[in-house]
Amino acid sequence: MSELLRLITLQDPNTRVVLLGTAALGVAAGLVGSFAVLRRRALIGDAVAHAALPGLCVAYFVVGDRSFPAFLAGALAAGVLAAAFVAVVKARTRIKEDAAIAIAIGGFFGLGIVLSRIIQNQPTGNRAGLDSFIFGKAASMVGSDATFIFAVALTITLVVALLYKELKLTVFDRDFAVAQGWPALAIDLALMTLICVCTVAGLPAVGVVLVVALLVIPAVAARFWTNRLPTMLLLAALFGGASGLLGTVLSATLPAPAGVLSRGWPTGPLVVLCASALFLVSLLAAPKRGLLADLVRRVRLRRRIAIQNLLRDAYEHLEPRGDFGAAFRAADLGAGPAHHDEPRRPFERAEALGLIQSAAGEYRLTGQGQAAAARTVRAHRLWELYLIHHADIAPDHVDRDADRLEHVLPPEVLAELEARLEGQVPPGVPASPHALRGSALS
Amino acid sequence: MTNVMPSQSNAAPLPPDTAGGISVEVHDLTVAYDRKPVLWDVDLALPTAKLIAIVGPNGAGKSTLLKAVLGLVPIASGWVSVFGSPLKAARRRVGYVPQRETVDWDFPVDALDVVLMGRYGRLGWFRRPSRADREAARHALDRVGMADLAHRQISQLSGGQQQRVFLARALAQDADLYFMDEPFAGVDAATERAIVVVLQDLRSKGRTVVAVHHDLQTVPEYFDHVALLNMRLVAAGPVASTFTRENLQKTYGGRLTLLDEAAEAVRRGSPG
Repeated sequence: MSELLRLITLQDPNTRVVLLGTAALGVAAGLVGSFAVLRRRALIGDAVAHAALPGLCVAYFVVGDRSFPAFLAGALAAGVLAAAFVAVVKARTRIKEDAAIAIAIGGFFGLGIVLSRIIQNQPTGNRAGLDSFIFGKAASMVGSDATFIFAVALTITLVVALLYKELKLTVFDRDFAVAQGWPALAIDLALMTLICVCTVAGLPAVGVVLVVALLVIPAVAARFWTNRLPTMLLLAALFGGASGLLGTVLSATLPAPAGVLSRGWPTGPLVVLCASALFLVSLLAAPKRGLLADLVRRVRLRRRIAIQNLLRDAYEHLEPRGDFGAAFRAADLGAGPAHHDEPRRPFERAEALGLIQSAAGEYRLTGQGQAAAARTVRAHRLWELYLIHHADIAPDHVDRDADRLEHVLPPEVLAELEARLEGQVPPGVPASPHALRGSALS
Repeated sequence: MTNVMPSQSNAAPLPPDTAGGISVEVHDLTVAYDRKPVLWDVDLALPTAKLIAIVGPNGAGKSTLLKAVLGLVPIASGWVSVFGSPLKAARRRVGYVPQRETVDWDFPVDALDVVLMGRYGRLGWFRRPSRADREAARHALDRVGMADLAHRQISQLSGGQQQRVFLARALAQDADLYFMDEPFAGVDAATERAIVVVLQDLRSKGRTVVAVHHDLQTVPEYFDHVALLNMRLVAAGPVASTFTRENLQKTYGGRLTLLDEAAEAVRRGSPG
């Protein structure tokens, strides 16, 4: 616990630098990832990451020792090669992009594993620390490594800020950008370069297997909370930074799993788990796009439909008498498709809304309820008339079709319906174009 | 064909060309996808200050013609000039309305953001839109009747409203020549009326509109000139003399019901 405190309060200078490095990396990954996800380039990041492993190995063969900048240069070269492979295969053959990416991931990673085994079997092989690149191990970074990553992340952030307008335009509408004279290919390549650099910079902390998650997850989580690109970028940066920070702290402070060979927790999975937790919260709880909000909307719509059906049935029941203030009983309205499960609830809700009043087992439409009922019936019958006159649907078939549409009619569509039916409907509630359930029975 | 306008390259709004000039000239244009030609030897010279429809059956290369003129698809042979100069020199004078399906409407931007993109061309690298650019974008939205939806996320707009946003973005470009790819496709009646008003307004200001159009019935009503295309250019010229039953037959082959509809449209449209 004292170590956790030491870490969080940033007392140890090396830890401080490492934490700053991973946090800055998370921020950069969130920014670049947002554009990558919107451009549907997320999986390219995965190919780049997996291709980095053979790049690291080759760099080790060339330099002969652990050299952080050389490793990253090797990884970047191999990553760019993989991205180019995907682009060329996609452009020149009939192979689709997803298959090309799978080939790149498998081929490069397989080669990387073979090469890394050769290195690890050498007497000096462990010095390479290649293991920590596969799953990420922030603790194995030294201060200068972290400073380097921090500088790279900062550069990426600045480039994204500078190219914000150009990236936004090209990612949203490439053809329009070209028609305006922008070099869309160059801007696209700039984005690819950002993805490559960001991925490679993430390797020491998150590892080749999981680094793509740091690009994708914060960006997707951020999208749930906003419809504005600047806010999305800000949130993605925040989520990415927080995940990087938290994951690194956890991997350094959690008690390692028991066992003689235990080497502590790899950082990558913990960083990605932090990001995934943020994603799950966003998926469920985001105010408009989240699943809970969606559920609430559905329930509300169902309730509104139940109440509207109740009002319509009451209106049509009372229509032959010409007295919409008259009393009616629940049984009068029949048990048509309108009132499925829990038949009493719509009555209770309508009463709570002041649309109907109950007394001694009977109900009456209030003034407000009569107006709402007339509106509902009018919308329903306009739809029916429209379907009969303009879609050639038989009068005895339109009831249910209209039923599905009328509850979700926005006012402008209603206005257009009226315009189309001009001269065919009088103002107010038109007569039903088919026999009504109630009147058919009586 | 030799009525070539001097090339102008300054970024300020330019005076529209006066009547009689040539807006677009296409010479011996051939375009191929995967070595399969979609446009063959097209020669075309379009006037200025007119509303021009490009008409033809599915797969006739209508969109491809627009894209080739705009430099969006590689040209196999031939050349294109805009206001008498290569497209590169005239980019600032050209506006574009792509087909609606070409973008992801779930993109996190609102209507005003999209319209503002019409100003990016004149901004150049790294510069952010100014207050004046925002004003211009708002004004463009107003012209298509969408001022009150400026801050609605674009996925929340109806298809017709999305089409109007694209039109407003082109208006914000303040161009002399507009290319529109099926601007009337799948729009509601209100949007169709709004677009027609904008097109007529553009023409009255001396601007030229070249639009891919799929509805033969409305060609005589909406457009002054027409280019009939079916991989090759069948005919081009004023609607009254070019949009004839004979030319349509050449363009569409034997699809007679369609032709009868069009013929009726020709009859109705000719006096007005």
